Amino acid sequence: MLEIKNLHVKLEEEEKQILKGVDLTVEAGKVHAIMGPNGSGKSTLSYVLSGRDGYEVTEGSATLEGADLLEMEPEERAAAGIFLAFQYPVEIPGVGNMTFLRTAVNAQRKARGEEELSAADFLKEVRAKAKSLKIDADMLKRPVNVGFSGGEKKRNEILQMAMLEPKMCILDETDSGLDVDAMKLVAEGVNALRDEGRGFLVITHYQRLLDHIKPDVVHIMADGRIVKTGGPDLALEVENNGYADILAEVN
Amino acid sequence: MALPEVKQTATEARLATLTMPDAGCTRAAREDALARVLEMGLPGRRDEYWKYTRPDTLISPEAPRAALFNSDEPLLFGNLDRLKIVFIDGVFSAEDSDDLELEGVSIDRIEDICCKDIHWAKELYGVLEARGQSPVQRPLAALNTAFAADGVAIHVTGKPSKPISLIYRHASETSDAMLHHIIRVESGAEVTILENGPAASRFNKCMEIDIADGGILHHVRAQGRDHERRAATHMFTRLGQESVYKSFTLTVNGILTRNEQVVELTGDDAVAHVAGACVGDGDFHHDDTVFVTHDAVNCESRQVFKKVLRNGATGVFQGKILVKEGAQKTDGYQISQSLLLDDDSQFLAKPELEIYADDVACSHGSTSGAIDETALFYLRSRGVPVKDATNMLTLAFLAEAVDEIEDAALAEAIVNRLEGWLSRHI
Ligand SMILES: Nc1ncnc2c1ncn2[C@@H]1O[C@H](COP(=O)(O)OP(=O)(O)OP(=O)(O)O)[C@@H](O)[C@H]1O
Ligand SMILES: [Mg+2]
Repeated sequence: MLEIKNLHVKLEEEEKQILKGVDLTVEAGKVHAIMGPNGSGKSTLSYVLSGRDGYEVTEGSATLEGADLLEMEPEERAAAGIFLAFQYPVEIPGVGNMTFLRTAVNAQRKARGEEELSAADFLKEVRAKAKSLKIDADMLKRPVNVGFSGGEKKRNEILQMAMLEPKMCILDETDSGLDVDAMKLVAEGVNALRDEGRGFLVITHYQRLLDHIKPDVVHIMADGRIVKTGGPDLALEVENNGYADILAEVN
Repeated sequence: MALPEVKQTATEARLATLTMPDAGCTRAAREDALARVLEMGLPGRRDEYWKYTRPDTLISPEAPRAALFNSDEPLLFGNLDRLKIVFIDGVFSAEDSDDLELEGVSIDRIEDICCKDIHWAKELYGVLEARGQSPVQRPLAALNTAFAADGVAIHVTGKPSKPISLIYRHASETSDAMLHHIIRVESGAEVTILENGPAASRFNKCMEIDIADGGILHHVRAQGRDHERRAATHMFTRLGQESVYKSFTLTVNGILTRNEQVVELTGDDAVAHVAGACVGDGDFHHDDTVFVTHDAVNCESRQVFKKVLRNGATGVFQGKILVKEGAQKTDGYQISQSLLLDDDSQFLAKPELEIYADDVACSHGSTSGAIDETALFYLRSRGVPVKDATNMLTLAFLAEAVDEIEDAALAEAIVNRLEGWLSRHI
């Protein structure tokens, strides 16, 4: 599904190398988790995959089902199936959450040559999905993320993901700021989408989320590289011992 | 005091092209207005109040040419039930207008107010304009009072069932039009006034609005889209106790527009909101000049002006809130913001507060900025194409001004116009 090879990324404006050769393959139907110390480049990787400005790829490649992601505009990547649940969801005053969702869903359908969803069908679907994430009608009407609590913003990201049904879901610290119950809701939202055709890349600092979303593979990222890859046990090891041992072992 | 020579010459040159209509009972008001013009002189480049906008082409003897704008978009307010009053290049067209009969309101042409002996009108024509000449001079409004050849007197005594829609068509590339309207809203009466269209190559419009205690007036205006048209408009509004005035103006295109709003809250508990949204691309200069005077207790005023500018367009905002002695519990709000879609465009703002009462809450703010790149990326990352995402954010930026329109159908018509512009220009 997602194939990242030897990816090197620096900041566009500065001579600062952030990713220093990332190799990572996420197969369809699998959940991969990335853990790693602050500043190691996890969010940068997620931004580069989704097409944010400000980064320059100096070497390597990233493809989704064989298609070169790095050549595409952000909206093309979205239509191709990339979705990023932001670490810091953006507030957009003046744009209603519902309008935003419908525009996004229909824009992607249009880009893929599919028929647009009728207003009635859209409404039905969004209401059902919002309900299962405990997002109330009022939140749907309000401007995108404006005045939402931290946890509400994260749940709103998952609602968008559920509506857009992307092939490759990248979740950047979606668990941070969530209370225990909200974490369960989010995990259920993710699990509901798990199927043979879909890949997940879950960035997290804590084992707790992974108790609910069982990963197939866990990677450790440090200083712009994947330095260790293992099974679910690797996350437990980090939880118990931190990164010191792993990093020492790698160096 | 003698005028500077340049001003004197320019004023005389302009006056030489104008003839005062032989207008019976408004004649005295017109003569007074002419005396004001002679005393003040027409605006000049050195005048402080015209610091950001060059008045040259607004006062030149001849109106500069302006090509007509043809569009296949549906007519604005086209599907709304309204009473249409049509002016073509500033001349009333009975043929294109509806019958001026509507319950709750009487409508007459200014030239008829004398023969019909319409008292309220005689007492209003030129009066609010004259009051509005201090503390700041507005010579183009006085010029209008003196020479306006047409216009209507609208007397609202009830709650007419539909809006009164003033439609200004532009037919000749060299037209130079002046219209003067007066409106009196009686106690407890309520009306919606619509204005739209480019009017003429050069348009000078003055409207005097007197709202009695408890009266309500909604005003929604869309200035025509002809790229080369010029306009200088004045609205003088006086509010009585518990009365309400809500005005919104959309400006799409136009090489030069100066819209002045002079609002005086003279009765307690009155509410006045003036708002504007403008979008300009290239040769576009748009000036909102607003002066709100609080002269009563517990009144509320809001000024909300938003400008979207690109390709060297210029936006100007001069807004003032004056709170007079004794105008306690005043709630005054003023915001002016521009969204600059490139580095060539500019926004010049001069927000002012002058307060002589101690128990008031007044706030003002002015900002200028580009599209929020983070928000743009967020929308695109969800699959919204960059053009649509830019349009969404632009409309969102304008929303606070458009939201001042209370009527949903009118707001929708305005948003459609904005969307049309965005689809042509972004
Ligand atoms: N636009 C930028 N300007 C300057 N530095 C940047 C920029 N983007 C990323 N960086 C730097 O790159 C490094 C990697 O940042 P990134 O946000 O990818 O880390 P992270 O692994 O997601 O960290 P965290 O766990 O704290 O979220 C950090 O040192 C960060 O300061
Ligand atoms: Mg991060």
